[in-house]
Amino acid sequence: MTTDAVHPPPAPSPEERPDRPALRAGRGATHRGDRVFRGLSRGSGITLLVVMAAIAAFLSWRAAIAIQADEGNFLTTFEWDANADPPVFGIAVLVFGTAVSSVLAMLLAVPVAVGIALFISHYAPRRVAAALGYVVDLLAAVPSIVYGLWGALFLVPHLSGLYEWFEQFLGWTGVFGYAGGAPRSLFTVGILLAIMILPIVTNVSREVFRQAPAAHQEAALALGATRWEVIRMSVLPFGRSGVISASMLGLGRALGETMAVATVLSPSFVLQASLLDPGGGTFAQNIAAGFKEAGTMGRDALIASGLVLFLITLLVNGAARLIIARRKEYSGAAA
Amino acid sequence: MSKTMTRQTTPAPSPAPAQLRQPRLPRWAPAATALGSALAGCGLGLLAGWESRVQWGLLAAALHVVASYLLAAAVEGRRQARDRLATSVVWVSFLVAVIPLASLLWETVARGSRVLDGHFLTHSMNGVLTLDEGGGIYHALLGTVQQVGLAALIAAPIGLLTAVYLVEYGGGRLASAITFFVDVMTGIPSIVAGLFVLSFWIILLDFGYSGFAGAMALAILMMPIVVRSTEEMLKLVPNELREASLALGVPRWKTILKVVLPTAIGGITTGVMLAVARIAGESAPVLLLVFGSAQINANPFEGAQSSLPYYIYEQWANGNAPSYDRAWAAALVLIAFVMALNLLARGLARWKAPAQGRS
Repeated sequence: MTTDAVHPPPAPSPEERPDRPALRAGRGATHRGDRVFRGLSRGSGITLLVVMAAIAAFLSWRAAIAIQADEGNFLTTFEWDANADPPVFGIAVLVFGTAVSSVLAMLLAVPVAVGIALFISHYAPRRVAAALGYVVDLLAAVPSIVYGLWGALFLVPHLSGLYEWFEQFLGWTGVFGYAGGAPRSLFTVGILLAIMILPIVTNVSREVFRQAPAAHQEAALALGATRWEVIRMSVLPFGRSGVISASMLGLGRALGETMAVATVLSPSFVLQASLLDPGGGTFAQNIAAGFKEAGTMGRDALIASGLVLFLITLLVNGAARLIIARRKEYSGAAA
Repeated sequence: MSKTMTRQTTPAPSPAPAQLRQPRLPRWAPAATALGSALAGCGLGLLAGWESRVQWGLLAAALHVVASYLLAAAVEGRRQARDRLATSVVWVSFLVAVIPLASLLWETVARGSRVLDGHFLTHSMNGVLTLDEGGGIYHALLGTVQQVGLAALIAAPIGLLTAVYLVEYGGGRLASAITFFVDVMTGIPSIVAGLFVLSFWIILLDFGYSGFAGAMALAILMMPIVVRSTEEMLKLVPNELREASLALGVPRWKTILKVVLPTAIGGITTGVMLAVARIAGESAPVLLLVFGSAQINANPFEGAQSSLPYYIYEQWANGNAPSYDRAWAAALVLIAFVMALNLLARGLARWKAPAQGRS
């Protein structure tokens, strides 16, 4: 320690950035402790990168083995007999089910979430709003398996009346056909996923709405705008990209949700238009449901489908990050 | 108003304020429409004989929105009516969301408390037939604590050091690559993390199912959360503190260990605890890697274990009343565990926050 102090720290060179002179000052005098610590933290960061690369590599490795052995077309086959000899499996039904259930979840959840976020940020009395924000935070932490249990044992029995109604008035569309029975269907999964992603989307949207510039809102109010006009003209335009990225994050979560879907859905490898009837499947649900019976090839096939899910969530999350990054630039320019 | 006042020098009776202001609905109007439409919804529902209350509620909500709009449009004009419409839609959406979430918590507490007692917490499912009552979650609790603990032991140091690298040493291409991939990692579905460990640990290296394999998958899920929250906290540490320490000749690593980290320790701990709460509820990796067991297995490195979320799934899959009771009770314990961690973490953040605010 004292020997360290004897060496005068190198004078900051004039070309260094004046706003953060201290941050680079350590570089000249590299102590052993410094090198070790720096190496450790750098190594941790690299470990993280290695793990990411390993995930992609290992999944691709097993997936390649499975897809080569696949007698069907991996993208278009409508069955999943990966344990048979020769194995025949394809992800067409899974792509459909995953896309339908998570897009449905987003369509249901985002408007409601924006409503709640506005309720918390602009409508509720202040003390109620603080408590509500807290509760929403806690709800985001409820484990997905609990949602699944509730969905299977409580939500499913309560939905059949509503579905009969749908069948009665909207049955002609074909999408809302309902043959009766326990509605363990893709539509139910969509509703459950919507309930599950609601807290997250609400949280992020509320944060964005709260940051909406007060000056804009006060100016609108001073011009005689009603509360809705204030929100429409100053809060929503400011929060738009935030809401978009929030819903993408919610979508990412819905895409990868496993246990809640596995408990609620009654799966089948049939592509059907009527979403209210049981059937269909999602990537994650198929992995969870088929894993215990899977042999070596079955496991590899499931890993292949997992790789596709991985790529899809990467795309969705990447898009969300891009939007957030653009928003940062935008708000930086506006400030 | 002021123009008319200046022109009329003689004290004429000024126009009554009621003519200048638009007619407004009384303050109790929204409550009245809400009550009225709720009654109408229930009445119509009863008349039509719909079984599920869901329809009654939806009908009442729709009636309320329409009624408050029409009423305001008739009395107050279109702009106010739109405002009323937005207000009622926001309220309705709030209620629509609160009902399922409240029901979730209510059902879990009501159904879960049936079989939750000391016996349930201290016994395993060993030798208990699925159709029988009795049995407990001791083996699952033990598994959860061990797996989550191991995951935290792996993920917390790596996440913390990575965040230190990003904030204290960062800059450059490596740091931005790490930042990007931490973002990417946050979005990995838990089942994909499970599949990775499966293909690496169980298929390639040929180890068996164990609690440790599950812990590795959980650690992958936990790392990015820890990095993110720690990064945020380290950024909050004022630069003056670092500069003061460096100016005294303290080497950089000691500055970080003795000045930066202690200042942010409250927030960092909160972040780690929230991450633990998040992974404690994950069941998908456990399904793939730990395999589940009805017996107590205190060794996380050897043999199948159970965990609370997996136990819930397993009991649900049994599909009979005593198993459902056990599933609800385990769900109650799991929610209580996660909520307690959350509240503790937030309490800690609150308790530590003033010191950060002052510095």
